[in-house]
Amino acid sequence: MKDDNARFEYLLRLGDNSLILGHRLSEWCGHGPVLEEDIAMSNIALDLVGQARLWLAHAAETEGAGRDEDTLAFHRDAFDWRNVLLVEQPNGDFAHTMVRQFLFDVHAVELYRGLSGSTDETVAAIAAKSLKEAIYHRRHSGQWIIRMGDGTEESHARAQAALDDLWGYSHELFDDDALVERLVADSIAVPGAELKPAWDAEVDQVLGQATLSRPSDDWRVDGGSQGVHSEHLGYLLAEMQFLPRAYPGAKW
Amino acid sequence: MTDNARDWPLWEVFVRSRQGLAHKHVGSLHAADGEMAQQNARDVYTRRREGESIWVVLSSEIVASAPDDKGALFDPAEDKVYRHPTFYHVPDEVENL
Repeated sequence: MKDDNARFEYLLRLGDNSLILGHRLSEWCGHGPVLEEDIAMSNIALDLVGQARLWLAHAAETEGAGRDEDTLAFHRDAFDWRNVLLVEQPNGDFAHTMVRQFLFDVHAVELYRGLSGSTDETVAAIAAKSLKEAIYHRRHSGQWIIRMGDGTEESHARAQAALDDLWGYSHELFDDDALVERLVADSIAVPGAELKPAWDAEVDQVLGQATLSRPSDDWRVDGGSQGVHSEHLGYLLAEMQFLPRAYPGAKW
Repeated sequence: MTDNARDWPLWEVFVRSRQGLAHKHVGSLHAADGEMAQQNARDVYTRRREGESIWVVLSSEIVASAPDDKGALFDPAEDKVYRHPTFYHVPDEVENL
């Protein structure tokens, strides 16, 4: 029973990361810099929301308290969300959106690769499906980092500024607390520390090509996966949850 | 939307829907480079499993026939029925001839 609770919490982290980032990205819909990129970002947003549905449905099933994916998505307040702070950060300019996405995507690829060997068969199946999507997302955001960094003076400056602003949020992706360690012991989860070397290598390689400098690790912010969020999450949830809360059971 | 797309070159997109079929022209899009054109083509033209292979080519690299040459190029084929293999029987099993 206790392990089911740990597993529930872990699945929330996975689902909440995907859903919040997917929602953030969907805010670009209709506002993309060009039509083609608008469609690309909406596609990726939909991939992420699709992954979130699978994670949250599995979380609800694991919890066994009569909740479902929609209850978890639309009827939880900020302190019950378990996403990392990185994904709830505002879109900012296009460089901020792509840097946030890139830092996340590189981690997601390594994470899903690891989780596709999970002893929880549903986790393994969702991870295997999500891995293919994440590899494409990483390619998309990575190419933009290179294009902006190695582009014009302005695009380089904006990409570097975004990297400097968001770097301190990336460390939380790799935090291993007691909950993760317990699930790692059962080979359900993979330890963040194990993902870090591959993440470092991929990020360094792309930053090198982009002629961007890797920021120093002298500051970090975290707390999202423990339910301690930035002020931005509340506004996001207010918009995302308004309709099902104002019109319970609404269908279209 | 800004005007950026107008600064980017136009690309023609060809998609092969199945193994064994030819790539077919499906449309065009704007992109700054070939890699971006590939990704945009994937997102714009293969969202519903339309394809398994994508070609993109700069529109400016295509050498097209001139509309004015239409008569000289295509009309002479009009009265040469013997060029059509109409006297062969095509088995029903052959789908994509």
